[in-house]
Amino acid sequence: MTTPITPPPMSLLAELTHRCPLACPYCSNPVELERKDQELTTQEWKRVFDQAAEMGVLQVHFSGGEPMARPDLMELIAYARQLNLYTNLITSGVMINDKTMKALDVSGLDHIQLSFQDVDVDEADRLSGYKNVQPRKLKAAHLIKNAEIPLTLNFVLQKNNIDRMPEMFALARHLGAQRIEMAHTQYYGWALKNRLALLPTPQQLERANAYVATESDKGGLTIDYVTPDYYADRPKPCMGGWGQRFVNIAPSGRVLPCHAAETIPDMTFDTVRERSLHDIWFHGESFNRFRGTDWMPEPCASCDHKKTDWGGCRCQALALTGRAETTDPICSLSSLRHLVDTAINEAHASTQYDFQYRR
Amino acid sequence: MSSVTLSSVPRFTRGYRLQHDTVRQQWIIQAPERALIADPIAAAILRHVDNTRSVDVIVDELCQSFDASRETITHDVLTLLSELVEKGILRL
Repeated sequence: MTTPITPPPMSLLAELTHRCPLACPYCSNPVELERKDQELTTQEWKRVFDQAAEMGVLQVHFSGGEPMARPDLMELIAYARQLNLYTNLITSGVMINDKTMKALDVSGLDHIQLSFQDVDVDEADRLSGYKNVQPRKLKAAHLIKNAEIPLTLNFVLQKNNIDRMPEMFALARHLGAQRIEMAHTQYYGWALKNRLALLPTPQQLERANAYVATESDKGGLTIDYVTPDYYADRPKPCMGGWGQRFVNIAPSGRVLPCHAAETIPDMTFDTVRERSLHDIWFHGESFNRFRGTDWMPEPCASCDHKKTDWGGCRCQALALTGRAETTDPICSLSSLRHLVDTAINEAHASTQYDFQYRR
Repeated sequence: MSSVTLSSVPRFTRGYRLQHDTVRQQWIIQAPERALIADPIAAAILRHVDNTRSVDVIVDELCQSFDASRETITHDVLTLLSELVEKGILRL
């Protein structure tokens, strides 16, 4: 067995809490949410950031749940910033007001990613499960602009909002955002439960791609477009390869190769309460299990694309085939691609409109 | 957008900064949700960008450290800074 040199991670997603005032039906948090009393303390997070900076992490993304539900958020941002880590806050914005905005500004925060469900006010309420959510987000965006903190808007795309993409781009420009992330829903956990009510049609996807192309031509707004892999014929290089660039820390300190990794059964996830981040990244069982190419089955093992897509996504392979170690069935070379096509056809034929909300 | 001249005083836009990556032994520009690698020449120039020094002063200092003509250094500095102002990474 070859042992290629493993690089240290570039970025760390710090899921400070699973608590959130919103209840989006495509939430990336696990179906089994962690409780507040399990969360890492302020001191534990600081120790994690010390270890992260020392091993070569460059950017920390403060996420959740809603990271602003943690009263020590500003203290943690200031601490990470002082370690020269780039600090990015991923927030719904509903807890941003004059006072918290000032505190974020003073903490030295580098960048904010503000999530939106839609530009339609009623749909935004329906998706988020939160009444009058849109005015709060718009208020937050204005406060961010006034503080001159760089802003990215994030929209999760699904079949009910795709045709409002031009208005989403217009909103980003109006709010002075430098970037917009247009991310098609990825179907794990909550989104998988709600797939029938979320998955767009092929015609909608074509329109979405056209909206992006038209907007890109205008310039002046960086567009990060995440395509829906169900309609691709090659899988996405999930996380830039398992254990290659990215590390996720769950609220209780379990260290994950991606935020959905805990869906994989019979895999042990180490916690920063028991081992150092360095030790877990380089020597942890979960990180080495699918790192590199040695674990790959056919058709991946002899495929020219194996170091491009890294066999796709393990969690998707598990969710759709029942086994995490198979080729991602998105791939047209997978003998199980028909599972994806069946799912597309089911969603296409479905009239399901109601969601199962994250609670 | 104003163009870069010898009297301009450049600074990094909030959300961008030059940083030495001690683990990977390279200079990078930290940016929203990505890190750009700064080549050695770019890094040498950008290390002088601090919202205080004018381009003229930056060129003076680089002339002392590098064995190249003032004309060449001025050209390299103006080219790089203009490109980064254009991209919104630097401001004047």
